[in-house]
Amino acid sequence: MSEMTVEPGQGGARTRALVAAGIGRRYRAERRFRLFGLVAIVSALVFMALLFASIIGKGYTAFVQTEIRLPISYDVAVIDPDGVRDAAEMRRANYGKLYRDGIQSLFPTVESRNDRRLLNGLVSSGATFEIRDAVISSPDLIGKKAEIWVPASDDVDMLVKGRVDRNEPEGTRRVTDKEIAWVDALQKDGRLESRFNWRFFTQGDSREPELAGIWGAVAGSFLTMLVTLVLSFPLGVATAVYLEEFAPKNRWTDVIEVNINNLAAIPSIVFGLLGLAVFLQFFGLPRSAPLVGGLVLTLMTLPTIIIAARVSLKSVPPSIREAALGLGASKMQMVTNDVLPLAMPGILTGTIIGMGRALGETAPLLMIGMVAFIVDIPHGFTDPATALPVQIYIWADSAERAFVERTSAAIMVLLAFLIVMNAAAVILRSRFERRW
Amino acid sequence: MPFSVLLLVLTGLAVISYRFGTARARAVAPGRQSQLHSRPMYHGLYAAIWCGVPALLIATLWVAFQPLLVKGLVMGGLPDSYQALPTARLNLVWNDIRNLAIGDVVRSEPAPEIQAAADTFHRLYAIGNGALALLCLALAIGGASFALRRVSLTLRARNQVERVITVFLIASSMVAILTTVGIVLSLMFESLRFFTKVPPLDFLFGLHWSPQTALRADQVGSSGSFGAVPLFTGTLLISLIAMCVAVPVGLMSAIYMSEYAHRKFRAVAKPMLEILAGIPTVVYGFFAALTVAPFIRRFGEGMGLSVASESALAAGLVMGVMIIPFVSSISDDVINAVPQAMRDGAYALGATKSETIRNVIVPAALPGIVGGVLLAVSRAIGETMIVVMAAGLAANLTFNPLDAVTTVTVQIVTLLTGDQEFDSAKTLAAFALGLVLFCVTLALNVFALHVVRKYREQYE
Repeated sequence: MSEMTVEPGQGGARTRALVAAGIGRRYRAERRFRLFGLVAIVSALVFMALLFASIIGKGYTAFVQTEIRLPISYDVAVIDPDGVRDAAEMRRANYGKLYRDGIQSLFPTVESRNDRRLLNGLVSSGATFEIRDAVISSPDLIGKKAEIWVPASDDVDMLVKGRVDRNEPEGTRRVTDKEIAWVDALQKDGRLESRFNWRFFTQGDSREPELAGIWGAVAGSFLTMLVTLVLSFPLGVATAVYLEEFAPKNRWTDVIEVNINNLAAIPSIVFGLLGLAVFLQFFGLPRSAPLVGGLVLTLMTLPTIIIAARVSLKSVPPSIREAALGLGASKMQMVTNDVLPLAMPGILTGTIIGMGRALGETAPLLMIGMVAFIVDIPHGFTDPATALPVQIYIWADSAERAFVERTSAAIMVLLAFLIVMNAAAVILRSRFERRW
Repeated sequence: MPFSVLLLVLTGLAVISYRFGTARARAVAPGRQSQLHSRPMYHGLYAAIWCGVPALLIATLWVAFQPLLVKGLVMGGLPDSYQALPTARLNLVWNDIRNLAIGDVVRSEPAPEIQAAADTFHRLYAIGNGALALLCLALAIGGASFALRRVSLTLRARNQVERVITVFLIASSMVAILTTVGIVLSLMFESLRFFTKVPPLDFLFGLHWSPQTALRADQVGSSGSFGAVPLFTGTLLISLIAMCVAVPVGLMSAIYMSEYAHRKFRAVAKPMLEILAGIPTVVYGFFAALTVAPFIRRFGEGMGLSVASESALAAGLVMGVMIIPFVSSISDDVINAVPQAMRDGAYALGATKSETIRNVIVPAALPGIVGGVLLAVSRAIGETMIVVMAAGLAANLTFNPLDAVTTVTVQIVTLLTGDQEFDSAKTLAAFALGLVLFCVTLALNVFALHVVRKYREQYE
């Protein structure tokens, strides 16, 4: 009892003293805690900056490609020995000899067989096809001489871009001293130039890094996304409308709701297993096809779209619905004429975000065989195809040094697509979203 | 007629029937529009539905099941010597037939039976496609003319159209259920086949994983072993490392954002953090394999440690960064749900901001945070591309983060990419692993969502 009856002044003084003694420590703790929070955010952002810097630093050089200017003599004896200008016959001619003769003529002193082979290796084997296509498209070249630009091999490309360390001992370097000397000589003659790498944007995959492009993968991704969009948007909106506007509140509706929430959290690779077992094994759809990829991604994207669409439908105020019903609209007319148009910006935003996620998704596509090495550009929904993220995965696995920069460049292209999509979503939201 | 052309034709017919329907409805009651039960548009839609929907349904079913039917007929028509082959060989035969029929390159000169079967295949497809086209056109035209004949003042077209739309809405919401059922059935079915070859207990509790099954019975190591414990520990190890990164960083940034940060800072930093969530995982995988792993290796060697080039640490760290925005956005939600009165109470007692956060807000928000962390764990367990690219293939039973470990998802990918025959234990093992993955993540999600919901209700 005695402690309770201590005079207020005394007890207050002790408490005040205690508090005053501890206050410095407590304020320091406060500042420390605050700092931890800031450090957490900054470290996450720094990591992101590192990631982008590393990818851009590795990949920006892929947008140019070293090319060599070669003197080519379009020799009649090689291209068209019979002189009949038959296109099919001319396609089979030995165009490799033309560019090999071209590069040999620049270095007449190179004699030994091995050295000549090494010298030929400076030029990409893709030069064969470029010379062939040039001849087929304008046959009047035959018999003439011309200087043309052809792609250099990936090793030369890496050397010119400074990705090969010249000080390294020759044994561990991918480029020999001889090759370096030749490249330097070519450079001095002005026969070596870095030019915009249009092949990267127009070609399909290739085993040769200097010829590999992303167009096949972009086309595959586009077809896959088209299937996904066409299927998941109507299905997602219909499901959301049903659950929000029509479904009776009962057990069955609860089951559907819980189900959708759980589907949203299932690992994507499980959807790939589903696609493999159901679409490929049971229904016998073709492997590696954008159609199947689109189906799998549809199932994966549906929950995202449904959830976004429901949120958007929920935000339309009930007064709109009541007004429509009051004017004599049926429930369906109320939904299609009044509620859906008002909810549409939100639904579209959710759809774009869902599509963005589907565009970056890789794992389920590996399961249904879209990971194959495919050179041709896909033109239909059942053609074998790959997708942009899968192409990144395939290239990341390749051993050649030059594929690192291609992979990084492909990542930049993928990220550019995603940025555009997300920016569209943000603009859509800020332009059209109405707050009630 | 190819399927896409058929679809186009059907769409065209439906549009035409819509036109006719509206026109007829207007013609039925010239000048007496208000006496129509439904507006002309609904009569048009009614006709279009009768024209398109039955034909479309038939076409879809046909296209889905025609391959199965054709396969049955063609394989049934093969001579008995082929019927006696084991399933795996029979599948190869089927592939040959199909490639031959489609016109792909076949390795060798086909046997006459195969050639005959390929011809049958071709003929059946031709008959099937022709019959489908005829049937669809007949259905479309018949349906449209039926509907157009019924157009009258009293036809309740709107109600009928709305009923069809309602059925479509309900059917769409069934897709989600069907997906789950499909996942469960396909995983269960293939896993059961796996468990007839490998006992479930050996699979779940075996300590040795080497799924290579030999082609011939007398080869060395002909019996692959399917003890999945090393995969489970590997998955756990990497997820644990990821959580060690994601939980402190995510939680602290959420606390800073919601309690300390200036509004302007928040408006910039929050979307920036969200970017981390939008980066595709294959990009993280590339970064982990090419930048982080070599860095950790060099760093570790500088300190005299032996670090595997595909260390669990690299994959785990990068995965942790990927999960940061996930943890932080959930924590942000639950922290904001803590009532302001609790903060005010703590301030009134003289607590500093950090004391309020540590002693009042975090304990109050703990159930929600735990739920969020569990959701993040389930995401880490199911994450595939980062570990496929940055973690190893060797199934080491270890908890050393500097060693290479493998995970469930990595093994699923390696077992199923490349050549697969659908009967080997190797391929089926992937489905068993998928089943385990599905069950674990589902359980985690259900539990976590339950916890989060309970928590929300507490403060509402």
